[in-house]
Amino acid sequence: MSTTPERRGVSRTVLVVSTLCLLAVFALLLVAVKRSDRPDRQALPSALIGKPAPATVLPLLHTPDKTFDLATLRGKPYLLNVWGSWCPECRIEHPVVSAFAKTGKLRVIGYDLKDEPADALRWLGQFGDPYDTIVSDVEGKASLNWGIYGAPETFLVDAQGIVRWKHVGPLDNTIIEGELLPALADAERAQ
Amino acid sequence: MLCACLILLSTHAFAQVSDPTPLNFRDAAEETRFNALTHELRCVMCQNQSLADSNAQIAHDLRREILQLMQSGKSDEQIKTYLVARYGEFVLYRPQVERSTWLLWFGPVLLLLGGALAVWRVVRRRSARAVSSVDDGQEW
Repeated sequence: MSTTPERRGVSRTVLVVSTLCLLAVFALLLVAVKRSDRPDRQALPSALIGKPAPATVLPLLHTPDKTFDLATLRGKPYLLNVWGSWCPECRIEHPVVSAFAKTGKLRVIGYDLKDEPADALRWLGQFGDPYDTIVSDVEGKASLNWGIYGAPETFLVDAQGIVRWKHVGPLDNTIIEGELLPALADAERAQ
Repeated sequence: MLCACLILLSTHAFAQVSDPTPLNFRDAAEETRFNALTHELRCVMCQNQSLADSNAQIAHDLRREILQLMQSGKSDEQIKTYLVARYGEFVLYRPQVERSTWLLWFGPVLLLLGGALAVWRVVRRRSARAVSSVDDGQEW
């Protein structure tokens, strides 16, 4: 007779533990389903966030016989916008970048990726040139150092030359208001 | 897999051109090593394909870069470190053992140990009960 309460105790423990395990599994599933809902779920986090921007010296798009060293941009934050005339999403993003550049909140530097300079210039002639400076990476060699894997991609680099934020895919106003400007404010506060 | 690539293509474009110049291996051993290495690395664009299998432009570029690094005398480890510094841990199919991946590496072992402990406790409790019931001399 003395064994009955103990046995009941064991089965209660087992019940509680297995219920907790099940709940944990459900919670994990729920988190996974929620995360898969995010539109940027396939965007990789940049390995460069919090690290110095890679040393980059590239020819200027407008004057290919001259090179430009991105390190000379230090002292003030800048936005590095990767695009190419071959990239349809860049065409969609272009008005957003242009409007943002007009606000004067940040210098917007263009990074023309794997593009024929003639095509890039024609593209800018057609849609407008919002950029402060445009470097041209025809081979795409330097882009590997930035961890760039396509276009459009956009980096925020602070006054010390540290990469603060990255966005993969076209920029829109929600991302600018919700992510870029807060990241810029953080960077300026930390200075 | 194809689906994932297509979805990705629609949101994040890249030049989809086939490789104009094939990779030049110096010998069969180099090709074998290259194939082993690129099968262990994940394409950053098509997330569930290895670098060896992917036809994305970035995979072509990275394969070329890896062969160059190999031919300049870099070890597999150095090449992996090079890629992780740029594209993050994500490029490795076998993540490195470090604090953030402890759960991944040791989680299954912990689960197994936990299960073994639970079984052991139940067995011990049962045998203790069996002994005490023998002591009581009670009939079941």
